[in-house]
Amino acid sequence: MKAAKGTVFKYGDNVDTDVIIPARYLNSSDPAELAAHCMEDIDKEFIHKVSQGDIIVATKNFGCGSSREHAPIAIKAAGVSCVIAETFARIFYRNAINIGLPIIECPEAAREIAAGDTVEVDFDSGIITDVTKNTTYQGQAFPEFMQKIIDAEGLVNYINRK
Amino acid sequence: MGMTMTQKILAAHAGLDKVEAGQLIEADLDLVLGNDITSPVAIKEMEKMNVDGVFDKDKIALVPDHFVPNKDIKSAEHCKCVREFAYRNNITNYFEVGEMGIEHALLPEKGLTVAGDVIIGADSHTCTYGALGAFSTGVGSTDMAAGMATGKAWFKVPSAIRFNLVGRPSEWVSGKDVILHIIGMIGVDGALYKSMEFVGDGVGNLTMDDRFTIANMAIEAGGKNGIFPVDDLAAAYMKEHSDRPYTVYEADEDAVYDEEYTIDLSRLRPTIAFPHLPENTKTIDEIKEDIRIDQVVIGSCTNGRMEDMRAAAKVLKGRHVAKGLRCIVIPATQAVYMQAMEEGLLKIFIEAGAVVSTPTCGPCLGGYMGILAQGERCVSTTNRNFVGRMGHVESEIYLASPAVAAASAVEGRISCPCRLK
Repeated sequence: MKAAKGTVFKYGDNVDTDVIIPARYLNSSDPAELAAHCMEDIDKEFIHKVSQGDIIVATKNFGCGSSREHAPIAIKAAGVSCVIAETFARIFYRNAINIGLPIIECPEAAREIAAGDTVEVDFDSGIITDVTKNTTYQGQAFPEFMQKIIDAEGLVNYINRK
Repeated sequence: MGMTMTQKILAAHAGLDKVEAGQLIEADLDLVLGNDITSPVAIKEMEKMNVDGVFDKDKIALVPDHFVPNKDIKSAEHCKCVREFAYRNNITNYFEVGEMGIEHALLPEKGLTVAGDVIIGADSHTCTYGALGAFSTGVGSTDMAAGMATGKAWFKVPSAIRFNLVGRPSEWVSGKDVILHIIGMIGVDGALYKSMEFVGDGVGNLTMDDRFTIANMAIEAGGKNGIFPVDDLAAAYMKEHSDRPYTVYEADEDAVYDEEYTIDLSRLRPTIAFPHLPENTKTIDEIKEDIRIDQVVIGSCTNGRMEDMRAAAKVLKGRHVAKGLRCIVIPATQAVYMQAMEEGLLKIFIEAGAVVSTPTCGPCLGGYMGILAQGERCVSTTNRNFVGRMGHVESEIYLASPAVAAASAVEGRISCPCRLK
């Protein structure tokens, strides 16, 4: 499978779905429109600075709160190639897998990687490399069942292939 | 090793004699739920699947409740999409404005959720139905789409935390105070990926509305679901509201729990969650500062039921909200609205200077019907006080029970019924 490489945007604990995509924009479900407001209530600069392939790194409980799939959709449509966190809230975790946004749990990497670092993630091995600091981390690999959904690039394709 | 309540329900729906924590299973669904925000995305995803319609038109519930009556053109388009899908697929349980209510108050009231069910909903507060002994959990739109198409969903079997409730809550302590206390104790990720199983003699001292409130906020501790055993009160509720047969699952004696807590309900005090996380709790006695407020919201899937209306009315009767404060009361369903009218509660609210709205999630998620300006503070009976949740990023939300919210409306500052003259 593919790998991700990009510049890191770093956030703390409990980044909730309301700051990822505020509900005032949920009268739309268009990915590009959602992406235009991604992270707006926690980081107004994000959408102006993010480039295709960039990576979000956060600490505990990323994506807590609402079940809105608009949150991972906004992140993916903003060009983010991977989210690394200590832990993810469970609905966000499911949603990210189901829409094909790569996410990876790795407490050590989540704590140590800094904003602006260049980071590479190999999805097959789960190895995360901080190119700036020249350090590597072993992220948690997905169970086989979830890997199949990811390989199919989401639940819809997975069901269609069955 | 025995199974928890949740594990037994999941095993039965996966056609297995036994499951254990961490196991991946595929379970049959009794109900798939969506609202006006999540369903349009699900409908779009379902249309990409090679399926011919929905798995069972009677086992899908579509409830436009977030931005209805339509707050703007885009919301109207979303609702139209849901409505047309419902008609096209002959969905039995589509609830139009006029018969809708806030989904998690409406579905138990309509008898669509009973003990032993496995329910997924594209709304995080779907965990509410655990109050009736069902396994219910929030998912996203793609899971909802797959559920509508196939009648199945994949789950990782959760481990559990057991909360042994003992004692009887004192006056002005409700289900909201119980769950805020628990979230304050274990944190917003304290039950991440896990079941929260509420047991013990104290359960019998909680009303059904208390239990709905507690199960509703399991997600605010990161929980996959919250669940209560089925006692006489729960059985009576289901008998009153539903014709559907139900199955009671009890935890095995030797079920294993990751953690166990005993909570003496008689020792709890009215509890308030400070900005900007539900875990930032203080009891009313711990609040020394004078916290002036601009708005009070009484309603939502957490606290918009009949007892919530009664608790608020009991405090507001013969009193008036503080000058300059906006108090917004939102009965969660048409039936609650009607009952509140018949009991004279609406008159009490209006005479107290509150406004009463048609059922909507509106202000809870900062949609409409009570958005906060920069620097404003609100005491709300809703479930989240994240940054910007109810409006401006520099506004503040304090989560509390209907009784505390009503008393705060009267005083114009965070208060408690016990402090009112």
